[in-house]
Amino acid sequence: MEKFLTDEALPFCKGCGHHHIAGNTEKALQSLGMNPMDVILVTDIGCHGIIDKSFKTHTVHGLHGRSVALASGISAALENPDKKVIVFIGDGGTTIGMQHLFNAAHNGFNMTVVIHNNMLYGMTGGQCSEFTPMGFKTPTLPNGADKAGYDICKLIAAVDGVTYVSRLEGIGDFSEQLAEAFSKKGFSLVEVMEICPSYGVKSNPGMKLSNVMEGAGLDVKKYADTEAVNYKSKINQSSNVLFNDDDIIETAFPSKLEKEVRLMLCGSAGEGIQGAAEMLLEAGIVSGLNGTKKGSYPVTVGVGFSASEIILSSDEILYTGSPNPDVICVTSTDGLDYARKTLTSMKGGKLFLDSSLTAPETKAEVISFPFRERGGAKNSSMYCLFYMLTATGLFPMESLMKVFSESKISKKIDAEKMFQSLREPVIANETKKIIS
Amino acid sequence: MMQVKEKSKTVIMDGSKLIVESLVRSGADVFIGYPITPANLLYSYSLERFREFFAAPDEITTLQWMCGFSTTGKIPVTATSFPGYALMLESVNMAYMMELPMVIVLVQRLGPATGSATCGAQGDLSLLHGSISGGFTLPVISVSNMNDCWELSNKAMKMAVDLRTPVVLLTSKEEVMTQASFDISQLSEINLIERKQYSSNETFVPYKTEESLVPEFLKVGNAKHQVRFTASTHDQKGIIQNVAKEAIENTKRLEAKHILNLNKHLYFDYDKENGAETLLISYGITASASREAVKNLRAKGEKVSLLIPKTLLPVAPKYFEIISEYKKVVIAEENLSGQYRKILFGEFGNKNISGVNGFAEMITPAKIVDAVLFK
Repeated sequence: MEKFLTDEALPFCKGCGHHHIAGNTEKALQSLGMNPMDVILVTDIGCHGIIDKSFKTHTVHGLHGRSVALASGISAALENPDKKVIVFIGDGGTTIGMQHLFNAAHNGFNMTVVIHNNMLYGMTGGQCSEFTPMGFKTPTLPNGADKAGYDICKLIAAVDGVTYVSRLEGIGDFSEQLAEAFSKKGFSLVEVMEICPSYGVKSNPGMKLSNVMEGAGLDVKKYADTEAVNYKSKINQSSNVLFNDDDIIETAFPSKLEKEVRLMLCGSAGEGIQGAAEMLLEAGIVSGLNGTKKGSYPVTVGVGFSASEIILSSDEILYTGSPNPDVICVTSTDGLDYARKTLTSMKGGKLFLDSSLTAPETKAEVISFPFRERGGAKNSSMYCLFYMLTATGLFPMESLMKVFSESKISKKIDAEKMFQSLREPVIANETKKIIS
Repeated sequence: MMQVKEKSKTVIMDGSKLIVESLVRSGADVFIGYPITPANLLYSYSLERFREFFAAPDEITTLQWMCGFSTTGKIPVTATSFPGYALMLESVNMAYMMELPMVIVLVQRLGPATGSATCGAQGDLSLLHGSISGGFTLPVISVSNMNDCWELSNKAMKMAVDLRTPVVLLTSKEEVMTQASFDISQLSEINLIERKQYSSNETFVPYKTEESLVPEFLKVGNAKHQVRFTASTHDQKGIIQNVAKEAIENTKRLEAKHILNLNKHLYFDYDKENGAETLLISYGITASASREAVKNLRAKGEKVSLLIPKTLLPVAPKYFEIISEYKKVVIAEENLSGQYRKILFGEFGNKNISGVNGFAEMITPAKIVDAVLFK
């Protein structure tokens, strides 16, 4: 019969229930006919965690409270489902990393978690854990806990995805119950109740484990025993390359732009600023220019300002910041607030401003037009983009039209209507520039 | 005869796309992560591109799952920003101690704490420098432009595999989110990184090493040899020891292997101008502003050299060799107090060493030019 434990004495205090768990684990694995090389034992921090050296299986010893998460990674990565991942963890580690247990159960990761519940943290002086039962005394609770501890079996059994949950009293031969848990596919958990001889017994002289369990309502029974929910990782069979020759943008209508131009589009979230900026970048590339585009927006996606900085140049672009833009387009109050500081420091250039807004003090030439009124709020950025390009002639309009007509937005905006609308005189502001 | 230049292939690109594509082609097996601005593009491209993808519920779980994958011989990747990295820190130490290869793409944003998620920064280098308790070096490779996103992702993974260590690929918001016209015909071929496993019949001793000081790898769950991994001080067999001599020697080896093998993983750009007395040093996002500053200075007839370190940590003696050739050194980086400057020269500094720093805004080429010309 395969041996799972070395011949060395186990590293636990006299009378500690951890001895029984180690011995019964070996016996359970033997009864299942397993080989030590089929088992990966993952241990947490705590007295139980120093068992590694006594096991002849693969062993992984990690951080306090994280062993179930570590074992989840091992379990998810293993390509051989016949390998057995076993986690040894204490009630302290379970208190720390409880979320990992729920998560592993929910995912149905293939493993058996053996909780060594001696109702306190044994390695760090015997402070209470969240599993300490009502009335149970520890060195930090000389009058006993005033609340009930968690019933981890009930909690885990409630998780959709769990296969098997049971509680047992860690005395005598419980190898059959362990073997039953080990033989399950998916997530299984066994809570083994113990009393720590160093802190539990001393703080509660004469108290019997079975009485503590009875008093706390911690029944010895199975809480879940179902068919395994087979875990499937997200295997991406297609794994498309992220870019290829289909993405190439050919130069179609070369620009005569000689110097670098820096632009800012500023408006409100949901009004097409980022889409217009991307179109401007792509159209610049169609015109043979180099370009960069970056977005600025608050962390909330659907509200507040939305702005973009675009650089177009016939030369290589190194620095991608835009401290002194040449052209700013502003289509909403949010956008104006965002651009205000930049506008007041501009020493020239052009500001294309929705005519509902009042320009701040700026040395930029202000060109007002009712983009929002003519195009509606959602299309105001796109209207402004076409208007700006017509007025500045940065690159051929054919480039922008090419990108526009190949984009989804061309299905939503009628180009002819837009041009018509951009050509119509502005009645209230007859002195403003009108597109010719 | 004139060399025929391949026809350019311009696409709209961002650094995140290059990093993910390069890591997958390098042989990274799995992406595990929790999304955070400004690392979200890395997350979403990975979902599309990686063969295996795991959405972890938080960053502690992320690193633990990664460690689990790594013990089985798979190479995991994640992408995060400071708040996420802070949660990962204890587990990064665990991975370092267990000698588990993995790549962590750290996208810097403005701190402290949650700071401003959508504002770029270069504020995490001091944290990385002190990440491993005890004065050990966590390798950090920093990208300085789009091409680095492609090349250095591969190099970071090679370093992780060859040295059996977590490696941080350091980037920032502007470097991975800014879109730009980019010629993909210039991209080099990415080689699949070879991973060796212990294959001898002799008993496997998990942390025994030869000249390279890097132990041979063998995955848990293999049918032949027992494998042990532990985060606590351990001997060559992977068994926990307190401060036994062999175990402490094993721990000290973790630093020694990085120093010994540094030159195989040393990446930097050195644009030397003969006769220059000033050396400008810059990395990450500020490297681009520095390149432009140098171009502008030279156009005005000023002599200046530029060093862009990419292997930031461990600090290479080669950098000090270069530095020793100059009378004046200017270091430009987008953080409050000059983190790499302090790593190189200490808190006290030196009158010939100055910093150009910025916070909550990109450092401009003009500011760097002024610092270089300042007498």
